[in-house]
Amino acid sequence: MRFINSQPSNKIAEVIEASTAQFAAQCYELYELPPLGSLVKTGDIYGIVAGATTSSLEPGRRPIARGKDEASEEAVYESSPQLSKLLRSEFEAVVVGHKDGDTLRQYLPPQPARIHGFVYLCQPDEVKEFSQSFGFLNILTSAALPVPTEELIAAALRQMSRAHEDSRAFLVAAGKELANLLSSDFIRLKNILGRLQ
Amino acid sequence: MSDRLGIVTVASLEKGVDVRLDSPVSVEDMVVGRYVTIEGQKRRFFGMITDVSLGVTDPRLAVSPPDIADPFIAEVLTGTSTFGTIHVTPMLTIGGDAAALLEGPQPVKTIPGHFSAVNLASERDMELVFGKEDPQRFNIGNPLDMELKLCLNLVEFVKRSNGIFGKSGTGKTFLTRILLIGMLQKSKAVNLIFDMHNEYGWQGTSEGGPPVKALKQLFPASVAVCTLDEENSRRRGVSTDFVVKIGYDEIEPEDIAILRSTLNLTDLAVEATHQLKRRFGKSWIQKTLDIQDSEEVKQLLEETKIHESTLSSLMRGLGTIRRLPFIEPHAPVDAVKNILDHLDRGMNVVLEFGRYRDITAYVLVANMLARRIYSQYQSRTEKAMAEGSAAPNPLVITIEEAHKFLNPEVASQTIFGTIAREMRKYNVSLLVIDQRPSGIESEVMSQMGTKITCLLDNERDIDSVLAGVSGKSELKSVLARLAPKQQALIFGHAVPMPVAFQPREYGSAQSYKDFISAGPSEQAEKDVEELWE
Repeated sequence: MRFINSQPSNKIAEVIEASTAQFAAQCYELYELPPLGSLVKTGDIYGIVAGATTSSLEPGRRPIARGKDEASEEAVYESSPQLSKLLRSEFEAVVVGHKDGDTLRQYLPPQPARIHGFVYLCQPDEVKEFSQSFGFLNILTSAALPVPTEELIAAALRQMSRAHEDSRAFLVAAGKELANLLSSDFIRLKNILGRLQ
Repeated sequence: MSDRLGIVTVASLEKGVDVRLDSPVSVEDMVVGRYVTIEGQKRRFFGMITDVSLGVTDPRLAVSPPDIADPFIAEVLTGTSTFGTIHVTPMLTIGGDAAALLEGPQPVKTIPGHFSAVNLASERDMELVFGKEDPQRFNIGNPLDMELKLCLNLVEFVKRSNGIFGKSGTGKTFLTRILLIGMLQKSKAVNLIFDMHNEYGWQGTSEGGPPVKALKQLFPASVAVCTLDEENSRRRGVSTDFVVKIGYDEIEPEDIAILRSTLNLTDLAVEATHQLKRRFGKSWIQKTLDIQDSEEVKQLLEETKIHESTLSSLMRGLGTIRRLPFIEPHAPVDAVKNILDHLDRGMNVVLEFGRYRDITAYVLVANMLARRIYSQYQSRTEKAMAEGSAAPNPLVITIEEAHKFLNPEVASQTIFGTIAREMRKYNVSLLVIDQRPSGIESEVMSQMGTKITCLLDNERDIDSVLAGVSGKSELKSVLARLAPKQQALIFGHAVPMPVAFQPREYGSAQSYKDFISAGPSEQAEKDVEELWE
């Protein structure tokens, strides 16, 4: 919730890898990750956060355990201040739409995101506008994701429902759309619906 | 009322149209027999709901049902993964252009396109199909679940022989009374009713209610009641117009032939009646029964080559007829002439049987009178055709227990079989009332113009009523689900499409008033005043 309420100018990350369907971004602050399923944008491109990792800056070097003699977790970071520079938080986002002039399009943009593009967390108004239609659900159901699709769809809808006054009505409408999309796969539908509340 | 129900998903002219219901529409509101309209691109279709079912998009849904205790899940799944479907049998279509609109509804020859919208038929739609109450159309009730007057074109109705069927106690008699009133008011036909149970003339019974007024009480000016049993009629307070007596000399061998099974006669005995007629002439029954001593019997047997046992079987049968109290050696007045005179004056004639309700009396009298009236009609119509003069009033003969006259064994011998087959060539048609339609010869059934049927539950009866109707299996499901009382299905010549309906009310003071005021004449108003003075 902290991220949703932050100012529009508050950029939270920067694109470090981009393809047509996905992009990866590194957060400016360690652990300051947007929640799973939240709507982010870079340039005109909208994405949904589909997974995050925090790892060592150097791929080959794994962090070592340091807290044996420390009283708390915070103390570990306090006694080794370099840690926040050696570790980094990254997230991946699935591209779910873009802005074509003033129009929102819930399909893939013609160009991928730009590297070093700033990534912003979308504000409730923008989330509400974006979730007026459910075209993005189709992209999510068929995307190759680092987390299970059911988890991501449910998380995204939960996040979006908070931007709506009548969140239950929003979830029912989205559920019906999903029921149509997954008409031949009831088990998947059931798993998603079970995670919506 | 024009609520959208859903969209067409599958359709075939042969098998009908499947409609997927929209999610807010509850399957439980859909009942078979209701009318819907389908808005095709170029034309509108009228159809009847003939089946209702539930569907799932994924069979696994049925195997491991979701937790519908959770209202959220239930709401999401309703109308999406789980949905209702109705099966609609298209019956009529109206084209979109002006010419087609003038032409009116036509039988269906094609099907609506994919995803055409389906609506509940509105009252305007139904009126477009069945018409409004007018000088030819008579309100017979309202379609099931609709507040609308269903009108039957009685001028068309009386052009063919018609049938009213239904199990005992389903409201056939009430329905018949309504139709008789309709014919009396809206068509030029006159009715001759063989009233076995004294239900149509003066007053009728209603199950668990007070007696209801019948034709003569409502329309004294245009109905005559005659009776076979004067004493009984007087006791019931019926004002009868004349008494019918039958003379032995009026009974023909053909009349005995149709009584074969009721009198338990052998084929040979029936054959013998012709020989006796040849030998004795007109009063053959009297003379046969008069033979007493064995010499005469012996002589008769030798002359006619009739076997002794055959003769005794025949004598026994003729004895049964002789015991009928309304049979006299010679009738004082010619009943047929009397009835014909009334019919010629445009009067409807109800013949009450009084206490003589046994089937022998009914079959004998009905067949005899009808045969002679029919032959009069035949010669008059032929004369009218030759001379170019006016033909006699169209005549509708109403018979009950019709399977006794029209079963395959005797249908070829009785006059009713002939009337049903030759139809209205001679301006005579039948109104057949029966509870075992399967007992009626299929050829006769197929010639009936309009059939009205209350609930039937015997498979063979249902099959015989619906034989030859398009969409038979669908109508079957409608017919089998009619309420046991006061619901009926009408289909055939006089209606543009089959419709299940609830016959209009009969028996309350208001209903009598409505019936009488539906008539066109000033006489009707006078009748109303008299009735309520």
